[in-house]
Formats: sequence, C-alpha cells, structure tokens
Amino acid sequence: MKRGAWWFVAVLPPLLALTWAGFAPIELPTRDKLFEIPKGTYARRMSGDRVDILPSRITLTLGVDDVLLLRNLDDVPQQFGPTILMPGQSFRLPFERESENQFDCTAHTSGTMTVIVEARPEWPWQKIRWRWRHWFR
Amino acid sequence: MKRLLPALLLGAALAVAGAAPAADAPAQPALKAGVLSPVMPAPLLALDGTDGKPLNLAAYRGKVVLLAFGFSNCGEVCPITLATLAGARKKLADAAKDVQVVYVTVDPERDTAAQMKKYLANFDASFVGGVGTRAQIDAAQKSYGISSKKIVGADGGYTVGHSSSIYMIDRAGGLRAVMPYGHPVDDFVHDLKILLRT
Repeated sequence: MKRGAWWFVAVLPPLLALTWAGFAPIELPTRDKLFEIPKGTYARRMSGDRVDILPSRITLTLGVDDVLLLRNLDDVPQQFGPTILMPGQSFRLPFERESENQFDCTAHTSGTMTVIVEARPEWPWQKIRWRWRHWFR
Repeated sequence: MKRLLPALLLGAALAVAGAAPAADAPAQPALKAGVLSPVMPAPLLALDGTDGKPLNLAAYRGKVVLLAFGFSNCGEVCPITLATLAGARKKLADAAKDVQVVYVTVDPERDTAAQMKKYLANFDASFVGGVGTRAQIDAAQKSYGISSKKIVGADGGYTVGHSSSIYMIDRAGGLRAVMPYGHPVDDFVHDLKILLRT
C-alpha cells in the first residue's frame, strides 16, 4: 500500500470522528434522565442489605439531560427530597441552573443523593469530553 | 486531487456536524416545578387556620393552593419564600384570586394563630397560616415528607431548620408539583398560569 493510503486509513477516520464529536450538537432522544427505585427496595433495606441500588451521585447537563425522572416501582412510598413518591408514582424535576443539590432519599443506604448540574458543553473540547463520558462511563 | 481529498473529507465532516438537527433547544418541560405523576390527592391537614376556622384544604377546591412550611421567627428562608409567593400573586393580578397560599408552622411552641396571622400579613393579607399542637404539626409534616430540626443557639434561643419546598395543589385538590426553594417569582407565575388553566 502506498504511503498516502496508510495515512488515510490510520489518521483520517479518528480525525473525522473527533471533528464530528467536537462540532456536532449534542442531542439525546429525551432530556429525562431516568432512575427507577425497583420493587423490593424497602424489603432489601429491612433485611440489612446495604448495597446501593441507585447511584449516590448523579450528573446532569443543562440543555442535554437536565431533567431528573425518578420512578418508584417499590411497594411502599419512598421519599426523595421534599416529595413522597407513592408506589407507581414518578417525579420529574427539571433543572435550569448549574448547581450541586443534596436530597434526602430513602432508597439510598446513605439516606442522601447528590445531583450535580453542569453547564451545557459549548466548545469542541467540551463536547468531546461530554461524549467520551457519556459513551464510556 | 489526492492531496485535496483529506481536506474535502474534513470539510464534509464539518458540514455533517453543522447540518445536524438543532438539538440545542428541545422542548422545555411544561412546569418549572417538579411534577408528580400520576397526580394523587393532596393529604388533608387537621390544623387550625389563622383565619379563625379549621384549616381545610378541601375548602380551597377550585383554587390553586401553594402550601409551604416555615415559622414566624425564621430569619433566612421563610421571608424569601413568602415574599416570592406574594410577588407571584401580585404579578398575576386578577387571576390571583384563584391562588391561595397556605403556610404551616413548624414551630408550634411559639407560633400562635395571632402571631402567625400578623407575620403573614406583612407579605400578603390573603395568606392563611396553619397552627396546632406539636402532635398535629408532626402529623402534617409527616404527610408531606417535611423534615424540621430545632437548633439551639449559645444564648439559649433556638431556630428551626426545615424543608423549604413549596407544594402546588391543583384546583381539583391533587398534589401536582413541588417547587424547590430558590426559584424566582417568574417561575411561580409561569407555573401558576398553567395550573390555573387546567
């Protein structure tokens, strides 16, 4: 293979991918970031199970996935922040500002859940970093 | 031509990126507040109102009720919340007649009906306070998931740390949404206009 052809094969595809990742608008099918409290969570807690079912730290991105959607699939009410979620009920909380928020949450062994709201990635390197995190985390 | 090809491909990638759908402005959620779904009846309160009558949330059916918890000696959170709610009613002008603010004390030891009434009138004379015994207040707090904690100061006085969200109850008495503390007047006006339409 000619030297120029190797260049095409080795360098061009990653370069094109990076260009796309840095310049294409970030779009998800929905801005809702869904977390479900599964059936049996309360029973597991009562039996002494200390495994966290939900992440204790959630990161949202403004304009991309800035709506926290929490669904209680358990058989008993669960409290999230100021809200009691009845069985089968969901709570959809939008965020509009960069912030770090701590909520009491009965579904967590620690009793709290931290929600970090980050700015929308605008610059190419920010978009690349966001995509990297989103795809590979 | 071969030398031009990389540049052409790079240009094509940029064009594809630039021509991608404008995802930067997807549809906004309908309410600024957190929304509960399905809507369930708002827990009723067994308290006394500062208007001299039993505080009966069911009596406000047909109105949108903004329910919050606080206390009259609060120096930080409550004045801001109450001023915000008063500001929202003011901005709504005539429509404000269908919005009722109910403020329940978390400090029943100090907040009498008279004290609470006087305090709330500083913000808006239409606001109704909820008072009662410690047991009644505890039950009211529990039904909405409100936490509060007495914090004793060095001088022997105390303040009360408490949940500061505002519950939005629709005209049918359903607990529809919860507005976290710190939202500006315009966010309340935005949501109230939607709730008053439905």
